[in-house]
Amino acid sequence: MSVIDKIQTYFRKKSPWLLHFDCGSCNGCDIEVLACLTPVYDIERFGIINVGNPMHSDIMLVTGTVNHRNKKVLLNLYDQMPNPKLIVAIGSCALSGGVFREAYNVIGGVDKILPVDVYVPGCPAKPEAIIDGVVMALDKFSREKVKEKGYA
Amino acid sequence: MTQNIAQILAGIAAGPFLGGLISGLDRILTARLQARIGPPVLQPFFDVMKLLSKEKMAVNVWQAFCAYCYLVATAISLVLFFLQSDLLLILFTQAVGAVFLVVGALSSTSPYSQVGAHRELLQILTYEPLLVLVVVGIYLETGSFKISAVFNWHEPLLLKLPFLFLALGYALTIKLRKSPFDLSTSHHAHQELVKGLLTDYSGPFLALIEVGHWYEIMLILGLCSLFWATSWFGVIMLVSITYMLELIIDNVSARMNWRWMLGYVWAMGLTLSLVNLIWLYQG
Repeated sequence: MSVIDKIQTYFRKKSPWLLHFDCGSCNGCDIEVLACLTPVYDIERFGIINVGNPMHSDIMLVTGTVNHRNKKVLLNLYDQMPNPKLIVAIGSCALSGGVFREAYNVIGGVDKILPVDVYVPGCPAKPEAIIDGVVMALDKFSREKVKEKGYA
Repeated sequence: MTQNIAQILAGIAAGPFLGGLISGLDRILTARLQARIGPPVLQPFFDVMKLLSKEKMAVNVWQAFCAYCYLVATAISLVLFFLQSDLLLILFTQAVGAVFLVVGALSSTSPYSQVGAHRELLQILTYEPLLVLVVVGIYLETGSFKISAVFNWHEPLLLKLPFLFLALGYALTIKLRKSPFDLSTSHHAHQELVKGLLTDYSGPFLALIEVGHWYEIMLILGLCSLFWATSWFGVIMLVSITYMLELIIDNVSARMNWRWMLGYVWAMGLTLSLVNLIWLYQG
């Protein structure tokens, strides 16, 4: 790992901007994601901002089950994010489809569509678990990990 | 000659370093006002360095071109300020930069970007007359448009131009993208326009715009500092009190629409400016 790579990784870990996409969740996980922004957890301490814009974001948080309708939106958002980018799946539904996995319209977890980096279990996932998941995802910004995923 | 080069270098360095630091302090103080801890003071630098290391994604060539032009124009205006040049020239250069930012946003077809750009044009329309009137007031008092004349003036301008300073406060709030005037874009996304004007700028180009914004912050704070240019202590006190008031206004007010902004700022700002100018002319 050269010096430039180390510097880049350092800054990427210091300033992860989030995009939160709700793939048709029951809003339980969404409320927990938003709870991370409140004064109690205050994730801005770590330089994390919820940008709500795929073109500015580094990490995508996905909650809820993926179905045939919203998979197009999910892919579109993923394509709009500039590399390097990471995906964190949050909650039982995003992991495997949860209680909806047998439904005729449900494809299953997010990993059926996108390369998920970190799985955060829970129904709903606790804010502490979500913060932990994002911090684990940050480790994947190191150059080798980014190369493994086929990024420049 | 050596002094000129030193001033130019100071001007080029002041934007990225001082502007970034002020922006970091801004984020911490805002967080404290909201009962949060807030990010480290160097966070804006981390953000810009990260954005520079991201993949280059431009919607089209014009967007990238406009991002560079915005940065260069704002940097030139701050350098001119440090060279103690003509205030009208500085305002003109700054306006060129502001318009390039809008043109870049208009070059994308995204509706968020388009609406943000139109709102930014309205913001420019709102604050530019105030800035020009402030400069006219400085001319009426000191008899020169040169900043060097202001620094050589024997008493603080605030004593003679108090209402024009208030009018400059409106322009400062608009330029800092603070509530109630953060219509086109703001530090916090998640408004109805996502990130408005900046929605389609991404990666390194967003970093250029962020640095350009620091130059602009420094320029407008520099204009504020002219109002107590007799001592360094006065400059620092005036600028810090003004910035603290900006933060409080940002946190206690909601975002308003452009009609209210145009009507209110023109009515209040122009009246305050005219009263001050008539007072100067009579006195």
